[in-house]
Amino acid sequence: MNAAIPFSAQLINLFAAVILLLAFAMLAQRRVLALINLFALQGLTLCLATLVAAVTTGQVHLYYSAGLTLALKVLLLPWILYRLVKRLNVKGEVEALINIPTTMLVGLVLVMIAFNVALPISELSHTITRGTLGIALAVVMLAFLMMITRQKAITQVVGFLSMENGLFLAATSATYGMPMVVELGIALDVLVGVIILGVFFFQIRDQFDSLDIRHMERLKDN
Amino acid sequence: MDFFILMLAIPLVSGALLTVVGERAWAPNLNIIASLGTFAAAAGLTIEIVANGPRFAFGEQFFIDSLNVFFVALTAFVGLTTSIFSGPYMKNEREHGRLTAPRLRLYKGMYQLFMFTMLAALTTNNLGILWVAMEAATLTTVLLVSLYRTPASLEAAWKYFILCGVGIAQALFGTILLYFAAERVLGASGNALLWTHLIDVKGQLEPTIMALSFIFLLVGYGTKVGLAPLHNWLPDAHAEGPTPVSAVLSGLLLNVALYAILRCKVLADGAIPNAFAGNLMIGFGLFTLLVAAFFLSRQKDVKRMFAYSSIEHMGLITFAFGMGGPVANFAGLLHMTMHSLTKSAIFFAVGHATQKTGTQLMADIRGLIRINPLIGWGLMLGTLAILGMPPFGVFASEFMILTHAMKYHPWATPILLLGLGVAFAAIFGKVQPMVFGETEARRLPHAPAITPVFLHLGIVLTLGLYIPPYLTRWFHEASRMLG
Amino acid sequence: MISISGLLGQAFAILLALVLAPLLSGWVGQCRAWLQSRTAPPLLLPYYQLQKLFHKDVVLAHGASSLFRAAPFVVFGCMVLACAIIPSLSTDLPLAPAADALALVGVFGLARVFISLAAMDVGTSFGTLGGRREMLVGFLAEPALLMVIFTLAMTVQSTSVATIVETLAHRELVIYPSLAFAGIAFTFVSFAENARVPVDNPATHLELTMIHEAMILEYSGRHLALIEWAASLKLYAYSCLGLALFFPWGIAPGDNFLALVAAIPLLLFKLAIGGAFLAAIETINAKMRIFRAPEFLGTAFMLAVLGLLVRLLLESRV
Repeated sequence: MNAAIPFSAQLINLFAAVILLLAFAMLAQRRVLALINLFALQGLTLCLATLVAAVTTGQVHLYYSAGLTLALKVLLLPWILYRLVKRLNVKGEVEALINIPTTMLVGLVLVMIAFNVALPISELSHTITRGTLGIALAVVMLAFLMMITRQKAITQVVGFLSMENGLFLAATSATYGMPMVVELGIALDVLVGVIILGVFFFQIRDQFDSLDIRHMERLKDN
Repeated sequence: MDFFILMLAIPLVSGALLTVVGERAWAPNLNIIASLGTFAAAAGLTIEIVANGPRFAFGEQFFIDSLNVFFVALTAFVGLTTSIFSGPYMKNEREHGRLTAPRLRLYKGMYQLFMFTMLAALTTNNLGILWVAMEAATLTTVLLVSLYRTPASLEAAWKYFILCGVGIAQALFGTILLYFAAERVLGASGNALLWTHLIDVKGQLEPTIMALSFIFLLVGYGTKVGLAPLHNWLPDAHAEGPTPVSAVLSGLLLNVALYAILRCKVLADGAIPNAFAGNLMIGFGLFTLLVAAFFLSRQKDVKRMFAYSSIEHMGLITFAFGMGGPVANFAGLLHMTMHSLTKSAIFFAVGHATQKTGTQLMADIRGLIRINPLIGWGLMLGTLAILGMPPFGVFASEFMILTHAMKYHPWATPILLLGLGVAFAAIFGKVQPMVFGETEARRLPHAPAITPVFLHLGIVLTLGLYIPPYLTRWFHEASRMLG
Repeated sequence: MISISGLLGQAFAILLALVLAPLLSGWVGQCRAWLQSRTAPPLLLPYYQLQKLFHKDVVLAHGASSLFRAAPFVVFGCMVLACAIIPSLSTDLPLAPAADALALVGVFGLARVFISLAAMDVGTSFGTLGGRREMLVGFLAEPALLMVIFTLAMTVQSTSVATIVETLAHRELVIYPSLAFAGIAFTFVSFAENARVPVDNPATHLELTMIHEAMILEYSGRHLALIEWAASLKLYAYSCLGLALFFPWGIAPGDNFLALVAAIPLLLFKLAIGGAFLAAIETINAKMRIFRAPEFLGTAFMLAVLGLLVRLLLESRV
């Protein structure tokens, strides 16, 4: 049986599975605020997974990475999003383009595809948490699906950030972290991106009187 | 002082300065002077590299060889001419009340920062930093595209951000996979993402991982290149942003994204035994070419149409690099140069034309030759050049690509000819009445800068007739590096 | 060879199920009342109700066929059988070889078919409505339950519940993420199958929402008593199955009578916790519209499939 896998790897696998579960929960979620909470929870799980990886491998930069995740994905970004939702008065349910059960089924198919794609790679990896690569890919795809099927601008951004979570999971758990310079750069880009988007939201609302991106379908090839 | 550091420092510092000091009378001049400085530094760097060979900077984090120094020179040059063009253009926009002083400040600051991110992306040796710089370039241009703050421009910027954000996330996944493959050979150190290290061990990289990694990188950076079917952001961003931004997007950003793909392709080619990466690029390139050609004929907005033309040419270039080999790579590099110069010249001309007539709808633009003969002729000649009419340089590169395709991939030739033919008919049929025809003129408060248009077209014409030997050597050097 | 002690143990397990099942229902009711700040009904309320119902006369509808009269006995028999083969106390009882997970699902299915048919038999609109809704729920819950079982079966390479429980109980403590998924999915299915709050409310007779209660409206007297008893047995069976699959510690490996007796306190403890958990979930959730039930069960199915996939990816090659 699985006795050969050390406890830390089991923990990382568990956290990865929880992240996947949260990705699905986000896909099924109808309310914006709950969505943001789920996103923060996903960040927290990611942070814990990174922490376990850091303790296991003793690589210092993974600690920084975990700290960065905690500060950015668990505290700062959800806070910014929360403020935005309050300030912009985003109300009601998130309207999905496809009904939620169908979305879930499509998500399931995506997970299968992701796992299949990742399987040959996992076989090659020497890190003990190779399976997480497939989960990371699945999370990325689910976030992508969320961006496609949701109509509110804010949900798309949460989807985008969730995608980033999946990528970080791939970076930290499957390869035990990218070089520090790169991680810092990525974090900075994400932060700046969200701030720009925050400014954007106000302008979009001023121009369209709504954050519903269905209003933004004028530009077409006709 | 080191040319390289100077080249990166000038746009960074001036960008910050222009953002901080605000819109003053001398700000446009500072913008031009900074671009001139960047260009001078880039020229110095080019001479240095051509004379002394490749070099590193900042440890091993930055690396300049004959391939990227070629892009650096091109980027700095087009950056300079665009800044010259944007001076009177932006003043006119302000007189027309489309832009306010804070917006102009944002424009100039972001323009310089955009130049910085592109130059950083071109010169970095670290594939991770390359990703970061590309993402930063996206962020700066998002602000530039939404400059007018109209519903349409916001929509375009939003689409641009989301689509490129998703694309660039795919590229990050590809980069992670690449690191994953490299780590097995080079060990878990910061070196595992350095291109110069990777190129030494490219044969040992795991083919399965590299194949998957390249797919993600191609799709990711390909979104920014404008490869179909992920090209939707490109026409919107070009049409709704200010014209100088359209010029640098088409002329430079697409090139930089393509450069990122090329760097990754070299690694993938080394790791994967068959021409997997090349075939993938051939497929994407041809598909893009066809899609763009057929969309071209449906366009009503002049900037949208030329944006599709950019997509079409990017498809052609991707196809060329996909074929590989010294000749096709040479042709691809040449075509990138020609396209950059020609397309930005066209956008300069189009910018002035739309300012004069007050519309971007081609049906409402008539008789440019009567309003301003120079603009009219500029647009006409630019269009002829981009359509590949001899003796312009685009003809030479397209001819090389076509003959090479006939020789090695004969099945692709009809597709290429069909795409180019449809594009020719569509663009020429629409530009011709815009240039000739009846109209009512209006005067602009600031005289347009025509010099950049003819400077670009002059270079394209010259290169079409005669490519200087040192340039040929340099191109050969670069295309040899691409394998 | 079936030993005398084995037979005794089996009989004891069945007896215990018959006794404990109403108690569990009473306990859940009590916990709910506490959580909702009501005065709790006595713990033994279900017994009183059963006693009362057994003493009442049966009133049959005019159109009722023999199916209507047989159904309570069939349903009750199915549930007793289910309780007998689920390893609640020991994994090595004489009926354990029959405890194939697929057969177990089949036993539950049989009971469902009979009660739905009986509900439609009389021809009242409520009965038909309840029967149809029950079939809808069952139709969606069964695949999910099967997926949960497959996930577990892959872990131990067997669909025998007894083998699954035995293997899971006697291995090193390894975290299986797939089990977490399967566990949540199983909880969802249990709620739907036992007509608990998010899907159905056992306490109301509101025509728009009821499922289970609509089917048994026409029953009275000892028939109703049997059906009520069978319902509590079903809850007991699901609780024991869940506890055995996901918290398998403390179940006796052999048919030693003393070991069986020793396993009782732990079982009681686990059931008490489980019942309180059930009551808590019922309290914090509102009953969802019937149209949401497919979504709820779809989620359960999806979780179960995810568990299976995660199991394939993360835990396969070891």
